[in-house]
Amino acid sequence: MKKASLLMIIGPLFLLGLYVFPLWNIMLGAPQYPDPLGLNIHISGLKGVNEFDIQNIDGLNHYIGMQTLPKPEEMWEFGSFPIVIGTMVVLGVVIGILGYLKKVNYKWFIGWFILMSIMGVLGMYDFNEWLVDYGTNLDPNAIMKLTNPDGSPMTYKPPLLGHVKMLNFDVTSIPSTGAWLMFAGMMLTLAAAFMGWKNSKKQN
Amino acid sequence: MKIHNYLMMSMGVALMLVSCGQQNQSSNGALSSSAAEKVYVAPGEQDEYYAFLSGGYSGNLTVYGLPSGRMFKEIPVFSQFPTSGYGYSEETKPMLTTSHGFVPWDDAHHPDISQTNGELDGRWIFINGNNTPRIARISLSTFETEEIIEVPNSAGNHSSSFITENTEYVVAGTRFSVPIPQRDIPINQYKSNFKGSLSFISVDPEHGHMDLKFQLLMPGFNYDLSHPGRGKSHGWFFFTTYNTEEAHTLQEVNASQNDKDFIAAVNWKKIEEYVNNGGGTMIPANYAHNLYDESTHMATTTMKKEVLTVDPLKVPGAVYFLPTPKSPHGCDVDPSGQYIIGNGKLSADLTVHSFDKMIAAIEGEKFDGEAYGIPILKFEDVLAGQVKSGGLGPLHTEFDGNGNAYTTFFISSEVVKWKLGTWEVIDRKPTYYSVGHLMIPGGNSRKPFGKYVVAMNKITKDRYLPTGPEMEHSAQIYDISGEKMELIYDFPTHGEPHYAAGIPADILAPKSQKIYRLDENKHPYAVTSPTGSKVVREGNEVHVYMSTIRSHFTPDNIEGIKVGDKVYFHITNHEQDFDVPHGFAILGQNTSELLIMPGQTKTSVWEPKQVGVWPFYCTDFCSALHQEMQGYVRVSPANSGVELKWSLGE
Repeated sequence: MKKASLLMIIGPLFLLGLYVFPLWNIMLGAPQYPDPLGLNIHISGLKGVNEFDIQNIDGLNHYIGMQTLPKPEEMWEFGSFPIVIGTMVVLGVVIGILGYLKKVNYKWFIGWFILMSIMGVLGMYDFNEWLVDYGTNLDPNAIMKLTNPDGSPMTYKPPLLGHVKMLNFDVTSIPSTGAWLMFAGMMLTLAAAFMGWKNSKKQN
Repeated sequence: MKIHNYLMMSMGVALMLVSCGQQNQSSNGALSSSAAEKVYVAPGEQDEYYAFLSGGYSGNLTVYGLPSGRMFKEIPVFSQFPTSGYGYSEETKPMLTTSHGFVPWDDAHHPDISQTNGELDGRWIFINGNNTPRIARISLSTFETEEIIEVPNSAGNHSSSFITENTEYVVAGTRFSVPIPQRDIPINQYKSNFKGSLSFISVDPEHGHMDLKFQLLMPGFNYDLSHPGRGKSHGWFFFTTYNTEEAHTLQEVNASQNDKDFIAAVNWKKIEEYVNNGGGTMIPANYAHNLYDESTHMATTTMKKEVLTVDPLKVPGAVYFLPTPKSPHGCDVDPSGQYIIGNGKLSADLTVHSFDKMIAAIEGEKFDGEAYGIPILKFEDVLAGQVKSGGLGPLHTEFDGNGNAYTTFFISSEVVKWKLGTWEVIDRKPTYYSVGHLMIPGGNSRKPFGKYVVAMNKITKDRYLPTGPEMEHSAQIYDISGEKMELIYDFPTHGEPHYAAGIPADILAPKSQKIYRLDENKHPYAVTSPTGSKVVREGNEVHVYMSTIRSHFTPDNIEGIKVGDKVYFHITNHEQDFDVPHGFAILGQNTSELLIMPGQTKTSVWEPKQVGVWPFYCTDFCSALHQEMQGYVRVSPANSGVELKWSLGE
């Protein structure tokens, strides 16, 4: 149980990477943007991959009536996500320490993992909701109002994951360093739970 | 059946391999002589070298790629340039100020890239204005002219603008001697009244700012070309002279009488020391120093009122004359600094002087008389060797860094490759036609990049499709990586390139600036926030603080302007995206358009003369809505009471 608890202490600490590294990355390349524009999504706000990318994405998007990218204070998520992540890290580490002191068993580890997974799925759902709003809630007076072949208005929701061709832009959306660290950390807590479970079977 | 298929397939593959091999073999033969492949830079690929060719009478500097010969940019230097508004915009007009007033043109000759330890460092490029003597410094991160200094007491600023090996000085010598100071005297009193000034302009190591440190007042010869010593000869500068006859009329005959003229060897370190210790005579002068500030996007002129002159006789050991046959033109120093090559333009041979021999002769005080008190060394004592070229009219020499020199021959239209030390001719190739300068990237530094030589010709004739009596000049690129030179390309050049300077692309390309930062824009009329636009009237002057972003001007409707007003459009480009300039032009403008780079502010003056509603628009196709990027100015009669107002989207 000692090893498992140590893993349970280390695993949540990986989430601290989210304070430094972006969670998600969306790149927009086009013929006239051989160096693509890029958007890094941090838990605390959006940042351009290069200094002026946000301004330039907003500049291009105004032609098709998209809203400007939100500033940190314009979305509650950017205020609460850092608190949620911080809370989960503390909670995970405390569970790990308590496990080390044999005050709690592996089930608490699983509990943390499940809670974190639910949070993650909710986070993705929320992120996707924003993408839908960002890509479809268009200015009715947009300069260019384009339609699909079937006559429906064209919308510009960036993909949650993967690549989409959007007008002249190739849009690629993938998890970034922060997400991979979070994933690795969660896997460690899962391993901790598994080891704790094996241990408990041995003792029985 | 399956086995059979495999067999067939493998036979097929084998056949393909064989045929491929054969193809490769046959094309290998072709490859070794395929000029096309050597100059072909495929779409999307980039060139290996930048080449900066002077524009001669265009007054500007053009940027090309090597080996493709593609032109990338024309950098306005001494000439007004309506394409960008250089010399027309309020900010850049001061760049062309001189003691003779606004001089919107010059004859730009010899670009030279800044060096550190004798190697190209790619910070700045300098170029001389020949007609109204000036030296310009151009930034190699923005590729814009940043500074122009007028050179007083000079005329025909031709043995310029060559830099010393740590860019301590950019040197400017006069081709025409003149009375110093200028005064009203009969021309036939040339002898002993006219002097030739050699100007040493110091370059600030951090900002590149130029300052005329001292002028050496030499005998009244013509100082034609020059180059710095390097390596062992660092601290010396060498100038070719002609018209040591001091003729003042029909020079083509009268200045060609002496069998030998001189190369003047100037120990500038010694003169610098003399000047630093308080030597020299300050005399009144009047010359302009024009400096462009990248943060305010504005140039300012300072008139300087005196210059420090040095009489060479007051600094013993500072100047010597090396006799050199037949009105030498080019004056070139090899990468080691040992050989000084004088190209006697009226002879068939090249004269090569030895720096070591020169020092020995000076130390042995073996003089062959003097000219105006300046010791003349004995020709035989300083001669390293002569290149018996078999060509006619040698002009200029460059070096490949592998012990070879390349000299152009104007009259016999050819480039001759010869070996330093043995003086034997290795190869010769024709040029088309009447070549002037030639250029090897770094070919006049300690470290040449000896892969290509570019020959710049004076006469074009039948090389391209005819375009009436006036044609662009032509240049040829030769591959010099082998023993023999190979002509690989022929391309037209803009203006009249005299000299050129080349540099590997990997030194310059990474530091080429993409935008100007809006948050660093210190222009007094800049609009740095989207809400900062306004129109301000001050008597008859109206200042429009305007901003641009794809695809509109703010404001785009202006009323309350009156006939007789002087309207300043101060336009700030709010883009912070690479290669998204906006342009500005308004109907009836008595000046050029403006081309405003991202983050930059430029100003155009408009003096409306007619009542009406006049449009302005963006002249650079900036975006899909470029055609909509436009606005109106309402101009009312001079006595009208229409109120000043401005708006966007109302």
